[in-house]
Amino acid sequence: MSATKEPSTVAAQSAAPEKAGLPPEEILAAYRVMVLARTTDDRCLSLQRQGRIGFYVPASGQEAAQVGAARALRPEDWVFPAYREIGVALARGVPLQLLLDQFIGNSGDLLKGRQMPNHYGFREFNFVSGSSPIGTQISQAVGAAMASRRRKDAAVTIAFFGDGATSSNDFHAGLNFAGVYRAPTIFFCQNNQWAISLPRSRQTRSETLAEKAAAYGFPGVVVDGTDLPAVYAAVAEARRRAVAGEGPTLIEAQVYRFGPHSTSDDPRRYRSDSELAHWKETDPLKRVKELLVTAGLLDDAKDTAVWEEARRLVTTALEAAEKTAPLEPASFLEDVFAAPTPRLVEERAEFEGLLRDGVVRP
Amino acid sequence: VNELTLVQAVNRGLQQAMRDDPDVVLLGEDIGVNGGVFRATEGLLKEFGEERVLDTPLSETGIVGTAVGMALYGLKPVAEIQFLDFIYPAFDQIVSELSKFRYRSGGQYPCHVVIRTPYGGGIKGGLYHSQSTEAYFAHTAGLKVVVPSTPADAKGLLLTAVYDEDPVIFLEPKRIYRSVTGEVPDGDHRIPFGHARLVREGTDVSVFAYGAMVPVVAEAAEALGGEGISAEVIDLRTLVPLDEAAVLASVEKTGRAVIVHEAARFCGFGGELAAVLAEKAFYSLKAPIARVTGYDTPFPYALENLYLPNAERVAHAVRQTARAG
Repeated sequence: MSATKEPSTVAAQSAAPEKAGLPPEEILAAYRVMVLARTTDDRCLSLQRQGRIGFYVPASGQEAAQVGAARALRPEDWVFPAYREIGVALARGVPLQLLLDQFIGNSGDLLKGRQMPNHYGFREFNFVSGSSPIGTQISQAVGAAMASRRRKDAAVTIAFFGDGATSSNDFHAGLNFAGVYRAPTIFFCQNNQWAISLPRSRQTRSETLAEKAAAYGFPGVVVDGTDLPAVYAAVAEARRRAVAGEGPTLIEAQVYRFGPHSTSDDPRRYRSDSELAHWKETDPLKRVKELLVTAGLLDDAKDTAVWEEARRLVTTALEAAEKTAPLEPASFLEDVFAAPTPRLVEERAEFEGLLRDGVVRP
Repeated sequence: VNELTLVQAVNRGLQQAMRDDPDVVLLGEDIGVNGGVFRATEGLLKEFGEERVLDTPLSETGIVGTAVGMALYGLKPVAEIQFLDFIYPAFDQIVSELSKFRYRSGGQYPCHVVIRTPYGGGIKGGLYHSQSTEAYFAHTAGLKVVVPSTPADAKGLLLTAVYDEDPVIFLEPKRIYRSVTGEVPDGDHRIPFGHARLVREGTDVSVFAYGAMVPVVAEAAEALGGEGISAEVIDLRTLVPLDEAAVLASVEKTGRAVIVHEAARFCGFGGELAAVLAEKAFYSLKAPIARVTGYDTPFPYALENLYLPNAERVAHAVRQTARAG
């Protein structure tokens, strides 16, 4: 079964940049982030093969959806990511260095090496710590949105998830709660057509994922996730609705995962090269570049400079990350609770004794 | 000071926290208009309104997932799961999310949710309104597990739970919700976690219990006193953190230990207690450690009185332990 772009049966969105309220200079800034995300992906896939990082989850093909969505948010809004949202993180302003430190798991990693690469979270950027179980962040985003309203804050929340997550318990629970309480939440589904090896057509009998919102009593929209201004417009409208007290919105951004599910996956086992080639014709980076060239903001020489700059940034951050000291061995015993229980104090003493005696070595 | 039942003490604890702190919100099934199926939240909707007492759709994962999000944002949600037996749809949120947020974020995202839930047998509740599965939660790093056995402890431990910085599974022994009454201090009465309660001092055998088994053990100890066996009864109150010091001190004094819980024996919390005693009080022990527990079966409906430890079974085990060695 080949996954082709599905016709929108709900409310197709395709907007010219000016109509979408995204000025050309904004598009150029977004393009730089998209190129940085793609460059980081490419480098990290090769770093994983070289054994320099343990694992990687690429987002290539999904940059317009991620950066377009993030650009429509405000700093006070809360992002509940899955684990494929590098474009969102970078667009929120998370320094590349923090990402590379997390991938390596060194002493600069704010998560203290506790999580696999890509499962990061950065409080300063309201980018909540993610996890591997699918869909769990969806109901959490609803709770945070309800809390924001209780505090009379203007912040909305947005949950990022994939097509596979629409089959999860928490998709149903989260959307249902959000509908009942009219939570100021945006559900942003990146339908990248494949949940590891299962095609979208086998995930649900529904024609679109967006139409599932109807069952929960709020709008669902399909957007071409390779079209940056269209994604921006869809999320900006969903945000406007949330802030105005009109409740949640489900957005299905139709994209394609160019790479493997993760570095542990070989997509040639389940999908065809021709399908990939078909989707690469609408590579989101190519589409944004065309917009910028038409607007007179980019030419081939400037584009080359954008890519070179991205490669330089990744190299610099990688070199710094590899030079940063490793984690303190006993640090894995911290942060279980606000203060360690007597049992954890005892286990730490035991571990440090084993270290001291050379029974375990860092 | 008021004479209250255990469930009334829970209610007063929630009311106190909600009066003192506007960040405290309640969510759960039938907790608003209905006041909870056990009436633990009676009157709270009327006093605090539906913004703070949320009658939720029937979804435990929705309740806990939503509470997790509220807590991340800074509120102090207290979720009610109607019966511990119904908590499993939320197991992923509890085990994969709630318990791990602080750790997995390197301390950036503490996630403090209190989950209150009635647990245990003895109410003719059958398979799905009777279980005592505290060990799942005690086994999960990052969760505190609290089990009161008196009205004063129910209020005092609940208020500590609400203001604690970590997630708390608060197990309410529903069998003694109304059968036990006691004096409960007014106001913001808190009892710290990690401190066992000496129920009855004794010299011959230490008996450890928690929740609804505490009055059962106290009854057995009273009867044994008449036979010349002096049983020391200790209510653990919190399983995590565990007051190991109190457990060890008692057994160092008596040299004999009986552990009582209504949960199944295999991998039950009593196994951990027995291991602590074997590791740290081995040379004080004069007799094998005994366990009086539920059986390794699902919870039976018609014969629950035979499944659950009672005073006679406890007394029998204490007698054997007192005479052994």
